[in-house]
Amino acid sequence: MSPAPLTPTASELRELALTEAEYRRALDLLGRAPNRLELGMLGALWSEHCSYKTSRPLLSRLGSTGPQVVVGPGENAGVVDLGGDLLCCFKIESHNHPSAIEPVQGAATGVGGILRDVFAMGARPVAILDALRFGDLGDASQRHRFAKVVEGVGFYGNCVGVPTVGGETYFDPAYAGNCLVNAMCVGLARRDQLLHAVARGVGNPVLLVGADTGRDGIHGATFASVQLDEQAEGRRPAVQVGNPFLEKCLLEACLELAGHPAVIGLQDCGAAGLTSSCAEMAQRGGVGIALDLDKVARRESGMTPYEVMLSESQERMVLVVERGRESEVRAVFDRWELRSDVIGKVIADPELRLSSAGEEVARLPLEVLVDGFMPRHPPRSRPAEVAARLEADPLALEPRWPLEESWLRLLASPNCGDTAWIYRQYDHQVGDDTVAGPGGDAAVLRLRGRPDGLALTVDGAHRSAVLDPRRGTQLAVAEALRNLACAGAEPLALTNCLNFGDPDQEEVMWQLDEAVAGLAEAARELGVPVVSGNVSLYNDLSGAGIPPTPVVGMVGRVEQVRRSPGAAFSRSGDLVYLLGPEGAELGGSELQRLAQGEVLGPPPALDLGLELRVARAVAAAVGGAIARSAHDSSLGGRAVTLAESCVAGGLGAEVELPSPGPGSPRGWWWGVLFGETSGRYLLSVDPGSEAELVGICRREGAPHRLVGTVGGEAISIRGVVSIPLAAAAAARAGSLEGPMAAALT
Amino acid sequence: MGLRCGIAVFPGTWSERDCAHAVELAGGEPVMLWHAERDLKGSDLVILPGGFAHGDYLRAGAIARFAPLMAAVEGHAAAGGPVLGICNGFQILCEAGLLPGALLRNSCLQFRCQSTHLRVETDASPFLSGLGVGRVLEIPISHGEGRYYAPPEQLAQLEAAGRVALRYCGPGGELGDAHNPNGSLHHIAGVLNAAGNVLGMMPHPERACEPLLGSADGLPLFQAALRQLARA
Repeated sequence: MSPAPLTPTASELRELALTEAEYRRALDLLGRAPNRLELGMLGALWSEHCSYKTSRPLLSRLGSTGPQVVVGPGENAGVVDLGGDLLCCFKIESHNHPSAIEPVQGAATGVGGILRDVFAMGARPVAILDALRFGDLGDASQRHRFAKVVEGVGFYGNCVGVPTVGGETYFDPAYAGNCLVNAMCVGLARRDQLLHAVARGVGNPVLLVGADTGRDGIHGATFASVQLDEQAEGRRPAVQVGNPFLEKCLLEACLELAGHPAVIGLQDCGAAGLTSSCAEMAQRGGVGIALDLDKVARRESGMTPYEVMLSESQERMVLVVERGRESEVRAVFDRWELRSDVIGKVIADPELRLSSAGEEVARLPLEVLVDGFMPRHPPRSRPAEVAARLEADPLALEPRWPLEESWLRLLASPNCGDTAWIYRQYDHQVGDDTVAGPGGDAAVLRLRGRPDGLALTVDGAHRSAVLDPRRGTQLAVAEALRNLACAGAEPLALTNCLNFGDPDQEEVMWQLDEAVAGLAEAARELGVPVVSGNVSLYNDLSGAGIPPTPVVGMVGRVEQVRRSPGAAFSRSGDLVYLLGPEGAELGGSELQRLAQGEVLGPPPALDLGLELRVARAVAAAVGGAIARSAHDSSLGGRAVTLAESCVAGGLGAEVELPSPGPGSPRGWWWGVLFGETSGRYLLSVDPGSEAELVGICRREGAPHRLVGTVGGEAISIRGVVSIPLAAAAAARAGSLEGPMAAALT
Repeated sequence: MGLRCGIAVFPGTWSERDCAHAVELAGGEPVMLWHAERDLKGSDLVILPGGFAHGDYLRAGAIARFAPLMAAVEGHAAAGGPVLGICNGFQILCEAGLLPGALLRNSCLQFRCQSTHLRVETDASPFLSGLGVGRVLEIPISHGEGRYYAPPEQLAQLEAAGRVALRYCGPGGELGDAHNPNGSLHHIAGVLNAAGNVLGMMPHPERACEPLLGSADGLPLFQAALRQLARA
């Protein structure tokens, strides 16, 4: 075999994200020294990004079964049954590292990648959601990054013609060095069109379709598996460049072929390019693949086999087709003016065998390439200062601002305010199915020809995860559930993206371990299976890691789709009901972060059993059109929830909250108004429907209390604090528009 | 069997299915027309839908105008057949010379997807007949390049000939920069050819055909054209 084996230096191994121990393991498993190409392939597939070698041992704890689950984790995306012959296919994925280096293309190709994961399953993408994190908007470089990431998400989604229907964006100085860009895609497939990423049938041809292969994105997978550093800018060649027009054609061609009897398997070329797509397809089918690299269409001349195999050029798919029927399949790609080439064939030996210029240039058994990585169990420990932070009593602190000022500052925070600046740059309507778009609690899509629909949401909870990663992750799941409930939906399943720092730090590994445990527990208690997910580690610029940031995407089913006011109060005189637990607390709250610059004390309280009971009551009240509005309480607590419902409807409200008892701490009212206890909602109801609402709450065992009435020009907590409706509206409207308008001038 | 509404599909078109749905709601029969074929398949009406035909490379619509299908569309238009260009379809009609003017980058330099109000300026088109001049429609936009531009003399001629079909306005029909989402000259959202049978508009009427999706104000455009064809 040529070229000859090599003995790599320590720095060469580092470039491939391989340790010396891993290199020795490769020698042991192969019984020989790998050549440079083989070593590059091993480096890519053994990277954290591809192998999940650090997180995989933890992820087995996640429950992924249920009667509705058709495909769980391990394929391109999870699939749930919507009844009839319709399936829903979805996944969330991160593109954090590329977006930090080149925000437009990094974000755009993040969207492109998750779209391919969904249409690789034979599903038509019908919705995109994004979860974004940046540093403080006061910093010009952060505003730039934010604006460019939004531009990138919009650029790709708008051009492909898939609506971006929801998302969440959060600004915190802790993300200044490492922005987070998570994109979720939801697709629909007919049952008989579901495709799998598998190679079968010895002798069947392997096709590469779509874009030509270039030098872009080489080492993208390994790049995503190491810390960013000050030299990261120099890694820009590791960021791919997206072509959404090509993707749109590829999408249409692949969907035309979904259900075609000649198509055996379809897989997108994502991280580690041809190496991972071919290795994974062959591994799933218990076969091997032989590739003739000279058959791979290239964007530029002089590319080596190494570059061809590790290129992460976008908009490419690998197909395995029944022998003799290549021309039927290629005709579809021809019609869409897409290049398709037979680049290899399925072989019986379970290995990846590569040739170029008539010579074998690499030969790796799949059990080595795919399964030979060394599972890592880095030490983990809970740092002492984490425990110390939990000891603090936030309510005992002197509040920094009076109640009124605290309230208005929260409303003006870009984390609580109006997000129209973002979503008006996203086409959120194409497809003609968006019943409720971005800006509300959950997006709602109708399903054509059926009374029911989908509710979609994506949520994270890093402030509480800093204090307690387990609880924080559960809070993210709970918030997703609440958002679905506000749309009248029952959850079907969830996908997750775990964004963490450097797992070689004991604290980070502990955070990850705790977060996965929390996710598993919340998913089990709330009855929501985890059908897909992604782990993004090493979000750590020069040792300054991000807060643990679990992000949860949840899909639910709305039994009867109708147009509803969502969070907005819609009529004066309607009654305002508070559902869920009472109590005062401030730990891990947005107010605390704003006022103190850090979070302290116990994270928001969460009772998963109660969470589920209240969510069921809210879903029933909204689904049955008994509630006229529903809005869950999360960021900023009850007072912000109330103000949001008022501003959305252009109506004031007066509510009464229980007075403090004797000996209540100094910050008690702040804790009542701005505490972020989980499981709370504000509903408005016509006085004539009050009895029905109360009946539902009693039936479901949901705590409920009449707290006030809709109407007037003020938003007021009786006897405590009041703000003019117009002031609240102005604060919310300017929260993103203000800083971003200033940035443009 | 309803009247046949041909819907052009270029590589990169994405609102062909939305348009087909709107046509069905209006009682027509949608039929997809492939860009590479010079065949309208017996269409009574032709729609050029939204999207990014040929990736909008070079300029929006600049490549699509050379598609074999466009020759057939030009023939259909010349014979007085109704043609509706929506968003990217409007851009293609301008590039093809079937409509005057051009669509430039939004003045805000960003993509905009939002609800807009449109004032109906004339009823001298199959798509607008019977809607009522002065009527305000709520129809969303979704574009990055929708700023209508024509040289001053051409603009004056268009205005004098009553060929401005739709203008961006406020909910009460009032005109003003605050209601103009992209900086279009004279707040123009849609224009007609001289005969009135070709309408180009940036907003998406096919997205506003059902109250469930927020507005049904786009449906009358499809219905009006089909009604007139049925009478002919």
